[in-house]
Amino acid sequence: MLNNILTIRGLKITAQIDGIDSDIVHGIDLDLKRGEILGLIGESGAGKSSIGLAAMGFTRNGCKISAGEIDFDGLDLARATEKQKQNLRGVRIAYVAQSAAASFNPAHKLIDQYAEAPLSHGLSNAFESKQEAIELYRKLQLPTPEEIGFRYPHQLSGGQLQRAMTAMAMSCKPDLIIFDEPTTALDVTTQIEVLSAIRDIVREYKTAALYITHDLAVVAQMADRIQVLKDGRAVEMSETSKMLAAPQEDYTKTLWAVRNFQRREKAFDPKDIILSLNNIDASYERHGPKILNDVSIRVVRGQTLAVVGESGSGKSTTARVLCGLLEASKGELVFNGGVLPLNYRKRDKNTLKNLQLIYQMADTALNPRQTLLQILGRPLEFYLGLKGEEKNARVAQLLEQVELEPKRFLNRYPGELSGGQKQRVSIARALAAEPELIICDEITSALDQAVNESILNLLNRLQEDLNLTYIFITHDLATVRAIADEVVVMWQGKVLEQSTTEALFSPPYHEYTERLLSSVPQMDPQWLDELLRQRAKAEAI
Amino acid sequence: MQKFLSSWWGIPLSAQFGLLVITAYLLLVALAPWLAPFGETEILANAYEPWSSTYWLGTDSLGRDMLSRIIYGARNTVGIALIATLLAFLIGGLLGLLAATVGGVLDQLLSRMVDVIMAIPSLIFALLMLTIVGTSATSLVLVIALLDSTKVFRLARSVAQSIVVMDFVEAARLRGEGRWYLMRHEILPNVSAPLIAEFGLRFCFVFLFISTLSFLGLGTQPPAADWGSMVRDNATLISFGDITPLLPALAIALLTVAINFVVDWKLHDASGLKD
Repeated sequence: MLNNILTIRGLKITAQIDGIDSDIVHGIDLDLKRGEILGLIGESGAGKSSIGLAAMGFTRNGCKISAGEIDFDGLDLARATEKQKQNLRGVRIAYVAQSAAASFNPAHKLIDQYAEAPLSHGLSNAFESKQEAIELYRKLQLPTPEEIGFRYPHQLSGGQLQRAMTAMAMSCKPDLIIFDEPTTALDVTTQIEVLSAIRDIVREYKTAALYITHDLAVVAQMADRIQVLKDGRAVEMSETSKMLAAPQEDYTKTLWAVRNFQRREKAFDPKDIILSLNNIDASYERHGPKILNDVSIRVVRGQTLAVVGESGSGKSTTARVLCGLLEASKGELVFNGGVLPLNYRKRDKNTLKNLQLIYQMADTALNPRQTLLQILGRPLEFYLGLKGEEKNARVAQLLEQVELEPKRFLNRYPGELSGGQKQRVSIARALAAEPELIICDEITSALDQAVNESILNLLNRLQEDLNLTYIFITHDLATVRAIADEVVVMWQGKVLEQSTTEALFSPPYHEYTERLLSSVPQMDPQWLDELLRQRAKAEAI
Repeated sequence: MQKFLSSWWGIPLSAQFGLLVITAYLLLVALAPWLAPFGETEILANAYEPWSSTYWLGTDSLGRDMLSRIIYGARNTVGIALIATLLAFLIGGLLGLLAATVGGVLDQLLSRMVDVIMAIPSLIFALLMLTIVGTSATSLVLVIALLDSTKVFRLARSVAQSIVVMDFVEAARLRGEGRWYLMRHEILPNVSAPLIAEFGLRFCFVFLFISTLSFLGLGTQPPAADWGSMVRDNATLISFGDITPLLPALAIALLTVAINFVVDWKLHDASGLKD
């Protein structure tokens, strides 16, 4: 106990939902020693962010700490006054949020935002704090540490911002930092840089940390101990290596189920090409830089083709060209043996019906002012001419197909659904058109692991039932391994290779593919160290 | 009835008040000949009679009954304002949505035309137009609708532009939907909140604008009653400490407040805000 910087006992957090109090965290105990990193993991709704905020004595709007104590170095934050808590926050406890881009004030330079906390708490003067900022930027391996602080947030990439945010959290040398999913929004290659930077700095300053994530492999690299949460309850807690080697609870095992997700073998005819892209070039402005450069891809009917690459590789642009939203400047699209017009406006209704797109952000892909009945009913009416009772019955059937109960959901608006449910509705909308090919643009990247797995399962089942072909655009290689039959690797607008999934995931690798593959976090706690050592070695040669 | 009553009590007090006032005005408009004790243009007595049991609010500068003229004035003032505002929203809203949805040359063309109209001060432009086409009720409605549609156009276009780029609109385009469907079903429901708010404001502006024109002698033409011109005709009485000439102005103010109460409440609904 004496060694603990943070001791939580019997913490209960109550939220008001529709005027009724209900517990979202049911009595959690936590111990965090000085200089220790504790991983909190669980799917969305597990209460991990609420616990993270409670560790600062803070709750979200509409929530309150209803029972328990939060002892931070002798002070009970559950009962402390607002003034006492204010003196701690930013100085002795700091917080790094999931989206650094949304957490910085876009109107101020990074270094001014860095200096805000030390200045307002009177710990440092303007000159000193700037020197410290530059020092921290250097330690966090940000490029040009002397200058980067004088830029505005939008001038940095996502990974750089996340590191700048960490620097800001370190500004007052806090005893405890809470990291709330700091790398979730980043792609795998960027994630590595941020992870190693965060880990090194936390170790160097001997700061205790709560590391919140839904990704077990990430937490394995960072944490000394792991606490698994589900629905606001503690599931199990142990040392990282022990947890990975022998998880005790069934729930813990399901957390990395998607990594072990097994694709069923499908029978298909490799000569039956449903769609091919032949030597496609595309750019967003006339005579502008080429976003796609001589891209050729073949898609076999009934298969799932994954298109992978980091952000900026042109994989989403490929989807837009396929849909005809972006007119290719050169090349040809062949669908079902016929040449497709490059602009969707020139395509006939039947072609549009057969080629459906599912968007990454279900939030913006569904009209917030239409009920699910309207959203799903429209393609039925438009493509198939269904009306009245017939249409309603089909909508109910579609909702059942995506595992949503028609009675409960028919008249809801998208705003009343969770992220995973919205994505299911998007899938149902695509299915309503009875298409032959569905393009899935990063549809699982905004969802957490467990929801992700259920969506992939759903897609797999639908493919078997309806003989669909998928083009699956993603940066997540675990997903690729789980669902794809063939994989196209893209890099800077070019196709590096197209091969079967088995061939891609077994050597010999293409150079870039290898880098991409090796960037996917593994369950091994030594993995990050090992990888960084190997890369350093490779660069030395 | 039961259902009506239960939903009535669910409405906030201010909106209830607003709805009652608006209903009263509408009744006034519809039933003016039966409600008014005397005719609209009947000359009955001496000018500026004080309030009495025969002439409840006295008489005006020509000896016509004030109360009757206020009641008839509702027809001209409210009627013209309502029709002009609706027309302005129909034209401006439709073109604004169209410009945002179609974009390109059409958008440029419409927007620059609107810029040209807006560059001329609206009162002067209205005076000019009315002098050219003459001051009938129809031309008044058309001129005001044209002038106000420019403001509605700009609002509808700018709000719709932020909706048009959303994925769900793109999804509808990819489905092969026509322009009308996009505007009516995908975009309009998402821009209705600011448009409704604007309607309340705009209606009041139009109302005041007509009164201004009437006050200047280019609005409703005598002998027809109109609240704006009634204030002007009887303005001399104010200097004698008589509030009668201000009653038409009060009628304008009351309706303005009532409409905005109702708009606030509808806006709350349309924007989907929950308490």
